Amino acid sequence: MTVKLGIPSKGRLMEQTLAWFGDREIGLSRAGSDREYAGAVSGIDGVELILLSAGEVPRELAAGRLHLGVTGTDLVREKIPLWRTQIETVAELGFGHADLIIAVPKFWTDVETLDDLDAVAARFRADHGHRLRIATKYHRLVREHLQSAGVADYLIVDSQGATEGTVKNLTAEAIADITSTGATLEANHLKVLADGPILASQATLFASHVTPWSEAEQKTLTRIADMLGAKLPEAFI
Amino acid sequence: MVLGKSLSQDGAVRSAAEALFATFQAAGAMPVETAMLQPADTLLDLYGEDIRARAYVTDDPVLGEQMLRPDFTVPVVQMHMSGGADPARYAYMGKVFRKQDAGSGRLNEYFQVGYEVFDRSAPEALDAEVFVTFAAALEGIAHTAVVGDMGLLTSVVAGLSTSERRRAALMRHVWRPIRFRRLLDRFGGAAPPLERNTLTDDAPEIGLRTKADVTDRLALLAEEARESPIPANELSAMDAILSLAAPAPDALARLETLSGNLPSLRPAVDRLARRFDALRKRGIDTEALMFEGSYGRTHMEYYDGFVFGFSAGDIGPIATGGRYDALTRALGSNGAIPAVGGVVRPDLLLQARSASS
Repeated sequence: MTVKLGIPSKGRLMEQTLAWFGDREIGLSRAGSDREYAGAVSGIDGVELILLSAGEVPRELAAGRLHLGVTGTDLVREKIPLWRTQIETVAELGFGHADLIIAVPKFWTDVETLDDLDAVAARFRADHGHRLRIATKYHRLVREHLQSAGVADYLIVDSQGATEGTVKNLTAEAIADITSTGATLEANHLKVLADGPILASQATLFASHVTPWSEAEQKTLTRIADMLGAKLPEAFI
Repeated sequence: MVLGKSLSQDGAVRSAAEALFATFQAAGAMPVETAMLQPADTLLDLYGEDIRARAYVTDDPVLGEQMLRPDFTVPVVQMHMSGGADPARYAYMGKVFRKQDAGSGRLNEYFQVGYEVFDRSAPEALDAEVFVTFAAALEGIAHTAVVGDMGLLTSVVAGLSTSERRRAALMRHVWRPIRFRRLLDRFGGAAPPLERNTLTDDAPEIGLRTKADVTDRLALLAEEARESPIPANELSAMDAILSLAAPAPDALARLETLSGNLPSLRPAVDRLARRFDALRKRGIDTEALMFEGSYGRTHMEYYDGFVFGFSAGDIGPIATGGRYDALTRALGSNGAIPAVGGVVRPDLLLQARSASS
């Protein structure tokens, strides 16, 4: 049996992942054309490469259909409530750095931290008759973060893309999104709250506890870890 | 067979629920039903976004977002406020649905049987009536009862020697201990006031909040920075109440002493004393009753006065309840009515019964 390794199927994240494994003598490439989502593996036996959307990697790991998968920490945390018991980090890949942050309009000079956001939300609700809206696709992470900080009178509104535009379009008062350079926030006249990101994310190689590992697959994993210079989590040794 | 066992357990739970339901009706309550699907708006307005982590949300193309009822209290209050008799006693029985933390092992749907009293007469006597109604449901089971009173904390907050704005900010977070503490630290001088930059013209005004709103708040912050801190004796009284955990008579004595220096606490302490008297009159041994100053603060957010809970060893809480006068104000478009009530979980009651036999 083969170890099924899932990696992002497009963009910079895919290219960097291919290069990262390549640097460690594990050759990953797309089989055939650019449009085909099957992959080829060289430098190690017993590994099957599967290309899929980075957003689907967490689900496939949790469902036991992948042994290994590369995706962002943010996606694992948002999509798999039981991630601590179902999935384990094998290696942080050192790219795809992004923070999940809360941002507000830059002209809100009175708002720097969650202390301010909470106070402003109370006032906003009194003035406008509805709660202060925060646009995001990371509903669970944002809600848990605000709940643990005791912030009230906010409303999470769903935004699956172009989230930075929602404030100007009057569909939200603040946003929570992944940012790496902050350029998009700046261009949309938004600024990040100063009390730290909700989550610091990077591209990470995860192993699934849900997927059954045969002895042969386990051996392959040990070999992969050797080649990557990664220390295997205890459960996999 | 697992399925057969769980079905027979379900049957036993339902029978226990029906027995409790009958007891509450025999105590004079009118049986009521509520819809299982509740409009999400009402619950979101009351509890905020946090409720989404606890209630199941579904969608109706016409009615909009609906929630599987996470409790009965809200719909029962709404029903009463839209034309119930005055006074009224209600009993209900049915399942509630709650999302549970991953791995907690808690059930996500279970029976609740409730007893609620809407009555303007002597509140302490009614508090005692509700408490003994639930105590009776646990008869024959070795159990412990804890009582508290959110009214103590809110009285102290309402009487703090500080600005109305600070009192309102604290009152808003009475049920959120982390934020409440942060505000207290700032208002009490343990943490510095917020200093924020003045408004400049280098960023455009976007969104519903305006530059005038920003300027207003900056002015408020400046004003607040000049305010004197909340006096230390008031802060320590609040800490003393929140950390209080003692048998009822000792707790009362402690609170009596505190109210000597804090007149705003006096009426709430008098109410507590009257409630303990009323409980004694109904045969409750208050010497053995535990009082906790923080009880009901984190997960019983609409209770604003008397609160109680019963458990048996590590099973529980089996029954919980309290007074929620403010909820009737929030949900009733015309006026409010004092209300007190509670719920019991027949499944936990059965567990406790088999554990104690």
